[in-house]
Amino acid sequence: MAWTIYLSFAGALVEALLPKGKNELARWLALAVAGAALILALTGFVSGMGQGRVVLADAAWVPSMGIHYLLAADGISRVLVLLTGIAAVAGVLFSWNIELRTNQFFAFYFALIGGVFGVFLSFDFFLLFTFYEIAIVPKYFLIAIWGSTRRGYGAMKLALYSFVGSAMVLIGLLAAYTASGSHSTALVDLARAGLPVHMQMWLFPLVFVGFAILAGMWPFHTWAPTGHVAAPTAASMLLAGVVMKLGAYGCLRAGMGLFPHGLDPWGFSFLGLGSWRDVFAVLAVIGIVYGALVALAQSDFKFVIGYSSVSHMGFVLLGLMTLNQIGLDGAVLQMFSHGVIAGLLFAIVGRIVYERTHTRQLAELETMHLARRLPFAAWAFVIAGIASMGLPGFSGFIAELQVLVGAWHANPWWTAAAGVGIVVGVAYTWRALQKAFFTDAVPTAHELESEQAHGFAPITWPEMAGVALLGISTIVVGLYPRILLDSIEPAVKALLAGGMQ
Amino acid sequence: MNYADLFRVTLPETVLEVAAIVVLVADLVFLRKAVLRARVAAASLLGIAGCAVAWWAVGCAGAQGFSAGQGWGAGSDLLLAAGGTAGVAQVGILVLTALTLLLLIDADFTRHAGEYVAVVLMAAAGGMLIAAAQDLLVIFIGLELLSLGLYILTAFAKKSGKSAEAAMKYYLFGGMSAAFLLFGFSYLYGLSGSTSLPRVVYGTYMASAHGGTMLLYVALVMIAAGLGFKVAAVPFHLWAPDTYEGAPAPAAAFIASVSKVASFALLISISSVALHFFGELHFTYVKAYVTARIVSEPVHITPGIPTAWPLILMVLAVTSMVLGNLAALAQSSVRRLLAYSAVAHAGYILLGLAFFSWSSASAHAILYYILTYGLTTVGAFGVVAVVERATGSDRMDAFLGLQKRNPLLAAVTLVLFLSLAGIPPLVGFWAKFNLFAAVLGVGAGSVSLWLVALAIAMSAISLYYYLQVLKRAYVMPATDETPIQAHPVTLVVLLAIAAAVLVMGCFPALLQNWIASF
Repeated sequence: MAWTIYLSFAGALVEALLPKGKNELARWLALAVAGAALILALTGFVSGMGQGRVVLADAAWVPSMGIHYLLAADGISRVLVLLTGIAAVAGVLFSWNIELRTNQFFAFYFALIGGVFGVFLSFDFFLLFTFYEIAIVPKYFLIAIWGSTRRGYGAMKLALYSFVGSAMVLIGLLAAYTASGSHSTALVDLARAGLPVHMQMWLFPLVFVGFAILAGMWPFHTWAPTGHVAAPTAASMLLAGVVMKLGAYGCLRAGMGLFPHGLDPWGFSFLGLGSWRDVFAVLAVIGIVYGALVALAQSDFKFVIGYSSVSHMGFVLLGLMTLNQIGLDGAVLQMFSHGVIAGLLFAIVGRIVYERTHTRQLAELETMHLARRLPFAAWAFVIAGIASMGLPGFSGFIAELQVLVGAWHANPWWTAAAGVGIVVGVAYTWRALQKAFFTDAVPTAHELESEQAHGFAPITWPEMAGVALLGISTIVVGLYPRILLDSIEPAVKALLAGGMQ
Repeated sequence: MNYADLFRVTLPETVLEVAAIVVLVADLVFLRKAVLRARVAAASLLGIAGCAVAWWAVGCAGAQGFSAGQGWGAGSDLLLAAGGTAGVAQVGILVLTALTLLLLIDADFTRHAGEYVAVVLMAAAGGMLIAAAQDLLVIFIGLELLSLGLYILTAFAKKSGKSAEAAMKYYLFGGMSAAFLLFGFSYLYGLSGSTSLPRVVYGTYMASAHGGTMLLYVALVMIAAGLGFKVAAVPFHLWAPDTYEGAPAPAAAFIASVSKVASFALLISISSVALHFFGELHFTYVKAYVTARIVSEPVHITPGIPTAWPLILMVLAVTSMVLGNLAALAQSSVRRLLAYSAVAHAGYILLGLAFFSWSSASAHAILYYILTYGLTTVGAFGVVAVVERATGSDRMDAFLGLQKRNPLLAAVTLVLFLSLAGIPPLVGFWAKFNLFAAVLGVGAGSVSLWLVALAIAMSAISLYYYLQVLKRAYVMPATDETPIQAHPVTLVVLLAIAAAVLVMGCFPALLQNWIASF
């Protein structure tokens, strides 16, 4: 499984060295690399099923500082690596129409993917941080070069938010490393170091917020909608699909895993909040409801999806804060589910629809009768929208249900508030679906004429393949969630037993 | 005192001076009629050969320093140290000097190649001297040797008004700061009755215990002004932007790298002497005093250099980090941007000096930082020089569309600037991590933690201005798409530097082990 990392970086290097003008070659090469990575991830996932933590690589990296190149995989890692593999292939498929500096696009793309694989497989805090930072820089270039609406602004905002977040993580890393005696940066060793409770009390929020910025936690989410909208389709798929998961994964693995006492009650309560856990849970719930409400009011199709990501990532963070088995299972499953569904939504909006209509304004799309003219897009969006609303049979349902059950055990009010978010979620998805595809306006004769004259390009095979890949993933997981849960549950159990409560 | 010892210890400097004379003779006698290109190449190669021989001589110098007179024991009255941190810094100075000489091959700002190389070699000898100096007078002589060379190098582009202006400003500021430094040294001598660093620390400690503290503070502030000028710490940094902008590129690279390495090596030896003089006097029980800091804990605070010096360094560090980074945000010239970023980097290193460890961890971390920073800066100036020759400007907009005009150069820029910003897996990140870990390892308390947090926050800000350059190189469309040609030697050197930055970043233990092996 470690080869997913090396393969991605090798892919990035080869793409960077490709001569200009060989766009077709660059594309097929990218598909081959991403496909191979997916196969590696899949075989790793299947062969790892039922096993606990498996060490993939362990070498002394900087012996004098006790830093190890330690790659390992547990159930959570395997699920997220699989998600990254799927998202990478889908991203390549939906980038088939990139004509500008194609090889550079895929070079940055695979540098990002390699960093993401690395984060999910690192069990050394330092190594995790290194890969995390490697993933930040290519995002900037992907958005700034190949993006659309206000790309310079969106890209810079994203880069600075990420970098501020990682600066917070770095402070936490340095403080934990030196406080534990500067012997090792392995996650296991840092967790066992027994840092004093008062130190964990400030390290936990520092590291948690540092990672949660990238997970789109309210009120640090504002990079997400602008970044998603500015990004080219593949980049916004990756951004919503896997990069936001980097943040949530970091919250879980580093924030909660290393500083469990940071979640302890403060001993006093302020505005009804008695611990950091309450604070972040409330922020997560606000994110769920706020993201959904703002999505309801958007006029740009892509902003709707962008804010829906904030809302769905709120479920992940809420699941983390439940601190019980079912809630954490739900959080990890929601990471996978949202990764696939958000990827699908962004692909339909940014690639299939926008590349043909050249507008994302819902008001303009309303006049185009897309259900009739782009039936494939319409039905794909129906499936993705239903999955996103969390209807049974799709992965989102089981994930959000678990989070809500877990939240109920922790604090019923959280469930009630998050339930409001789900209802609003149905509303904005429905609104977008209706406005963009199923308008009831009757076409005039003039409109019909111009439709005849300017027909939309037919759906290409990469688009179909990408939609199929993502759609099948969400349905399979929705119908048979045990596939993933069998891996997630033991890992979460081990994490909880590792002293989180 | 043994003059054979003196010859052994100063052999590297002697080699450099001999090489300088050889270069002059070769250029002015034998190559008088040759074309300029050949003369430049010959002078550079001779200079590089001199650096290589001097490197070998550093190895020969051994670990025994040179002492004058016979003091209380080994190590006292040391004039020049050898080996250890001094050795590392000296090798670093030689390597960086050789690299700046390689960048000269492509330059056309002067017809006096021989003189240029000779001055570079002499200045490098001054740098090596202060890296090893353990005595106030040797320090001053070394600093002057280095500084005078730098003034000349800055003014070397005779046809450029900017170069003359920069040199004049640099000279005036430099002369002033040298005066401050000497004034401070004279107070130290007056307080302690000695010019040898360990004795100065001991003597001032005794003197301040008897009421001489104010005088000591005045002296230390004067010295901080003098040395702060050398490392471009705020508020003594004003010369840096003008000099970096006006000096010919190879000279600017030399000032930004070699001079920095030498000055920080000097600061390292001052800081470690300030911590270790008790050890040398076999006062083992006073370690507690030495580690007492200006933290508000109820610790008995001893007067003297060990407490006052870190405080001054800390103030310089904070102002440099904050002002350097914020001023860099507003620059539109890449050279000025590099100057302010140099101020910011000096701030991070001063933080490492302010929290200097009893063990060698801090010294090694600072050396690691300054050597890799010097290497990266030489590369950055190399890129600026190539772009400047092609476009006639060092504005950020000169970098527009660089990825199309010269993809290799753009890739080098990407690696170097991201390394300066401290992005892993490049070496700049390791240097920062190393340094901050050393700071936190020493300062058990919230002050060091807050300062490290400030430093990390500031380096997050720095990403913004480094990205401004990369944005023009990679993102924004080119206004002019003619390819930029770089001299093959220059290109190879730049690629080698970028590769080194990447490899040392992926395998940080290589350089760490090398530094520790001295």
